[in-house]
Amino acid sequence: MIRLENVHKSFGNNHVLRGLTLEVPKGTSMVIIGGSGTGKSVALKCVLGLVTPDSGQILVDGKDATKGDRDAFLARFGMLFQGGALFDSMSVWQNVAFRLLRGSLKRPAAEAREIAIEKLRRVGLKPEVADLFPAELSGGMQKRVGLARAIAAEPEIIFFDEPTTGLDPIMSGVINELIREIVVEMGATAMTITHDMTSVRAIADNVAMLHDGVIKWTGPVAEMDHSGDPYLDQFIHGRAEGPIEAVR
Amino acid sequence: MTILLTPVARLGRAVLAAMGSVGRVALFFFSALGHIFRPPYYPRELLLAMLNIGWLSLPVVGLTAMFTGGALALQIYSGGARFNAESVVPQIVAIGMVRELGPVMAGLMIAARVTSSIAAEIATMKVTEQIDALVTLSTNPMKYLTVPRLLAGLITVPLLVGVGDVIGIAGGYFVATENLGFNAAAYLKNTMDFLESLDVISSLVKGCVFGGIATLMGCYYGMHSGRGAQGVGQATKSSVEAAAVLILAANFLITGAFFSV
Ligand SMILES: Nc1ncnc2c1ncn2[C@@H]1O[C@H](COP(=O)(O)OP(=O)(O)O)[C@@H](O)[C@H]1O
Ligand SMILES: [Mg+2]
Repeated sequence: MIRLENVHKSFGNNHVLRGLTLEVPKGTSMVIIGGSGTGKSVALKCVLGLVTPDSGQILVDGKDATKGDRDAFLARFGMLFQGGALFDSMSVWQNVAFRLLRGSLKRPAAEAREIAIEKLRRVGLKPEVADLFPAELSGGMQKRVGLARAIAAEPEIIFFDEPTTGLDPIMSGVINELIREIVVEMGATAMTITHDMTSVRAIADNVAMLHDGVIKWTGPVAEMDHSGDPYLDQFIHGRAEGPIEAVR
Repeated sequence: MTILLTPVARLGRAVLAAMGSVGRVALFFFSALGHIFRPPYYPRELLLAMLNIGWLSLPVVGLTAMFTGGALALQIYSGGARFNAESVVPQIVAIGMVRELGPVMAGLMIAARVTSSIAAEIATMKVTEQIDALVTLSTNPMKYLTVPRLLAGLITVPLLVGVGDVIGIAGGYFVATENLGFNAAAYLKNTMDFLESLDVISSLVKGCVFGGIATLMGCYYGMHSGRGAQGVGQATKSSVEAAAVLILAANFLITGAFFSV
């Protein structure tokens, strides 16, 4: 279980998170929605310790995430970054198998490569892609390689930052299904950021809407359509008019 | 009054900021040192860094040393001629190259070639979240990126300096024997007789320190890069400036430590 409690984070005068509280039960899929620039990526990075919150607490399985053995903590996580964040000095399969080629999960290169190719297949990429370099791929392909890397070591907790942005509708469908599968079959806990309402309905057990640095609404995906919350309604119907200002 | 004080206040702020960054660089250095001795180790990264920093810098370091040695021979000959001391060319070329110009030219070339490329590469990794990705993949960027480069600088730059010294002396030798009428065998004998082991040791120590400075500055400014393309440009520029100035300052201190009586 992941729990964020009253988390604050500012960058200079930019007060991004203003008391964010959110709970993600073990083995469920939480989708975070909200306008761009509202701090969704920052919230995920706080959990991973990539960004240090100014105040507030982050608990993973009841233990303070900032304390204790970082390596053991991070070994449980997989993260897909918004921009892919592939290592451009190494080939696609070496990116995907990064964790399997060094450290505690190290195994023979041939085996790691096989696993990498299998993960690539699961995100809809052919084995030929394995030996290319990230710079030779399109944006959508890079995103999927990032996704393959995030799931390669079969982590218990997976964060997806905009997994379907920049993909065609069919590929989006494949990725949505994959994320759902990972949660259901592997029993992983997932947090996904997305703007794509089709994705939300396909992936989510629970939905949380981030606005003005706090969670404006959270609940099961089935209740999303009749929440009565004007912010959420405006967002899911994509209306320019409403309580959320279009200029931010 | 305030107008008069503004430069003073500026200077004060600049000094404070400089002291702050000296402290941060020192912390960075000690943290890197600490990581050198603790596993995991990344031998492949170290090998790549040694190839990049040492081997691939040979041409540029060799060429600068050769031309510097040649020019040095010409200058000493024409300067020495004013008081009938043309014959000291081999001795002064040897001392000048080994004690000062060899290490300094190599250090500055490494700052230009290696520091800039390390800073730009790591800063780009930072800007594109590759450093964050390393962390989430249970890999410490300090161990994976900084330690191999720092070690490679400490190991290979003294070797480069040694090679540069030899090439520089060879440059002086060619100019002296081809253009200035020196006897080849006598030139070499004079050079070898005159050089002391302390000269060579100081040269290699300088190389080691300069290699450490050059790689450390690249890593430090890269890791602390601002956002966007502008951040990368700024980091690269600052890293080369800092490395060049620190190398010259360290050179002065080391020369003082070895040769002041
Ligand atoms: N490292 C950083 N330094 C300064 N500002 C940042 C940093 N990371 C994010 N921000 C700012 O925080 C805000 C939220 O960013 P982000 O979490 O990426 O938004 P999104 O909800 O679209 O993912 C933005 O205004 C962004 O400029
Ligand atoms: Mg984002």
